[in-house]
Amino acid sequence: MLLRNWNLRSKFMRSAQALLVAAVVCFSLDATDTGGRFNDVGRKLMCTCGCAQSLLGCDHVGCPNRGGEMDELRDGIANGQSDAVILDGFVARWGATVLGAPTTKGFDLVAWIMPFAVAAIALIGTILLVRNWAKSQPQAALANAPVSPAQAEAAETMRERIRRETETD
Amino acid sequence: MAAFGSFALLIGLALAAYNLFAGGIALRLLAVGGTNSGASRVSPERLAETARRAGIASFVAVTAAAFALIWSVFHNDFSIEYIVEHSNIALPSPYKFAAMWSGQEGSLLLWAWLLAAYGFVLRLRHKTDVKLHAYAGTILAGVQVFFLTLLNFKVPPFALVRGGIAPADGNGLNPLLQYPEMVIHPPMLYLGYVGFTVPFAFALGALMMRYPGEKWIHITRRWTMMTWMFLTIGIFLGMHWAYAVLGWGGYWGWDPVENASLMPWLTGTAFLHSVMMQEKRGMMKSWNVWLIFSTFMLSILGTLLTRAGLVSSVHAFAQSSIGGWFVTFLVIVAAVCIFTYFLQRDHLKTEHHLESLVSRESSFLFNNLVLLAACFTILWGTLFPVLSEYVEGVKKTVSGEYYRHVAIPIGVFLLLLTGVGPLLAWRASSFRSLRRNFVLPGIAFAATAVALIAIGLKPWADEAVFYSLMTFSLAAAVATAISSEFLRGAGVIHRQTGKNLFASMILLIRRSTRRYGGYIVHLGLVVIFIGFAGMAFNRSAEKAMGVGDSMEIGPYTLTNLGNTQESNPNYDSEYSLIDVYDHGKKVLDQPMAPEKRVYAVNGQPQTMVANHSTLRWDLYVVYEGQDTATGLPMIKAFLNPLVAWIWIGLSIVVFGTLVAMVPSLSPARATVAATAPKPGQIPAAAVATGGGD
Repeated sequence: MLLRNWNLRSKFMRSAQALLVAAVVCFSLDATDTGGRFNDVGRKLMCTCGCAQSLLGCDHVGCPNRGGEMDELRDGIANGQSDAVILDGFVARWGATVLGAPTTKGFDLVAWIMPFAVAAIALIGTILLVRNWAKSQPQAALANAPVSPAQAEAAETMRERIRRETETD
Repeated sequence: MAAFGSFALLIGLALAAYNLFAGGIALRLLAVGGTNSGASRVSPERLAETARRAGIASFVAVTAAAFALIWSVFHNDFSIEYIVEHSNIALPSPYKFAAMWSGQEGSLLLWAWLLAAYGFVLRLRHKTDVKLHAYAGTILAGVQVFFLTLLNFKVPPFALVRGGIAPADGNGLNPLLQYPEMVIHPPMLYLGYVGFTVPFAFALGALMMRYPGEKWIHITRRWTMMTWMFLTIGIFLGMHWAYAVLGWGGYWGWDPVENASLMPWLTGTAFLHSVMMQEKRGMMKSWNVWLIFSTFMLSILGTLLTRAGLVSSVHAFAQSSIGGWFVTFLVIVAAVCIFTYFLQRDHLKTEHHLESLVSRESSFLFNNLVLLAACFTILWGTLFPVLSEYVEGVKKTVSGEYYRHVAIPIGVFLLLLTGVGPLLAWRASSFRSLRRNFVLPGIAFAATAVALIAIGLKPWADEAVFYSLMTFSLAAAVATAISSEFLRGAGVIHRQTGKNLFASMILLIRRSTRRYGGYIVHLGLVVIFIGFAGMAFNRSAEKAMGVGDSMEIGPYTLTNLGNTQESNPNYDSEYSLIDVYDHGKKVLDQPMAPEKRVYAVNGQPQTMVANHSTLRWDLYVVYEGQDTATGLPMIKAFLNPLVAWIWIGLSIVVFGTLVAMVPSLSPARATVAATAPKPGQIPAAAVATGGGD
């Protein structure tokens, strides 16, 4: 039995190692793709014509702003400007509403932190609460201990509870 | 007909108000023992019965008003302002029907009518539990009074045209709404929004009367599931409409109105899960009450956000000045909920606590947390522009770029819980059962991830690809987990009865429709998530195309056969006929015909997308209009992978919900067909098929 378990464990470990090696090999291959930079930066910008669409998503033929914004973005990338410099240039020209999402500075940072902070606090609070509840559960009684009338009544209540909790619908 | 409609609305309001006040007085008298006190001249039971009948009659009155509006649209009664604004003579009949909810007044009338219809059914079924239904009916009447007051005094749908002279024709329906789905999307969405009023009314009523036990949950279970299903269908029809009509190549733009529909869906989904804990183990009573309160309030908040113009939205046609009314109503609802809760909170004392972090209950709790975190994130993102304007004086944009970073990780985590929950036992799971249940899904996850990386996915290169890889892998794991649950149960029945595996699976589902219906819904969500994950690989190309010109996208070559113009009384249209080739081989017998329409009555344009949908991807072609420089049609093509999976997944979700609403076979009937089990098989059968939800 022990030998069988050992073999199973050994097979499992070998499979896990093979998967790990495959993943490491794959991750160590190609790493960057500069061709998508226009799309990456463009996704962060809004069309300023008032259509409430992203710059890359604006589909109005004859849109007065899209062409100019696209050209500005292409020029920025061609001139080797960093993403931050390009985005700052857009904000200086079109105002803060040109950015598709709040920045990570000042009050804008609250927009990013709040969802994760609330989720984390709720998660930690719940884990602590459940652990506290689990600790306060009464210990199981010994199987061969003498049964008092109160215990018998408790057992009946428990049977009813089990019936209710395991019924199919 | 305008006078008839207005009068019907006024009668409806009077009847709903009578239901509210007479019902309220009767319930108060009953609560303080008015029957025997001699203080009241009217028997509270009889007063409550008259209130119920008034509620039923209010449905007849509001139906008459809705009929009057539809009749007026079909008879081109341009003496009514609403008909002038939202219809015209040339408008095709189905869209005349849709004109009812295309504007503020009509959509509120639809809301009031659906509410009255739900109330009608609720009041007819009062014999299930007369007192509880009396409470729920009275609360529902309170909501009816709000909407009917709005319709009578603030946004009357039968208001006559200014100056009293009816124009010869109307301004027509918003072109964006002239699409088949628009005939069913708003009613479906409203059936969902309005439907949550029923479980809300039952929950508040049960709390007010300190209703013993959990029967109110049994009574409202099918109401809640049906409402949830309608809301789900409504949201997805809206997505499909946006995909087919707006022409930007996507189906979800994180617009505030879209967000407003998603928030009650998330809390409603959380409620559907957590009520099971109350039914089974008497837990989470306060939590459940607040979930359904929040769901109802979020439905109202969503309406407030869109009507008050607080946030800018592509649904600008819905904006008006009734935001203040909704704020007042929301404050009253919140005050009533808080007051009732604090007055009766001792009634919601939990019978049991969670016993283990690794249990079905705890997975429901975490699922609730994640759903509420998603809801908060969306609410936060929707309101942040208002907040930033208040704090900094600048209304910041919160678009898909924001949600891509904050909402997608939460969604992926939710997908994980979709698979983990059903694998855990009630109360506590042993390490052995965990190992047994998680090995196969774990292997499916790892194998899918490695296979996808091996075929060329680079999760390190792009955040979207990373989440896509996670979604595909988790989808494989969750699908494996759910399939093994079905196979395990069906295998036991197969051994018990000798039926083949398929018949055993059907019997398994019939024995516990709620549990296995739920699994089918989860499977549908997995398919939907696979569809969402395809978005990371969308491609597009754009070109001014003369006759004979070609454009490449993915493996396809699009060749323009010609450009055509057509006219009918409703609109003029321009379109291109485009042949599609895959490595030189013609893909479609008929050419694709992306179209741009300009409506005669108001000169508004509309895109009609040509879409060739397969399981692998959608070839989505848009006629953007004529290029001003060259005069040639601008054609934009998108290759959107796996979009069809989203609509297939929706069908599975709807099917699963319907299965879950069907009553299970009673244990006696379920065992009739069973032959005597072979020795040693009874415990396994009991474990596999009797585990509950």
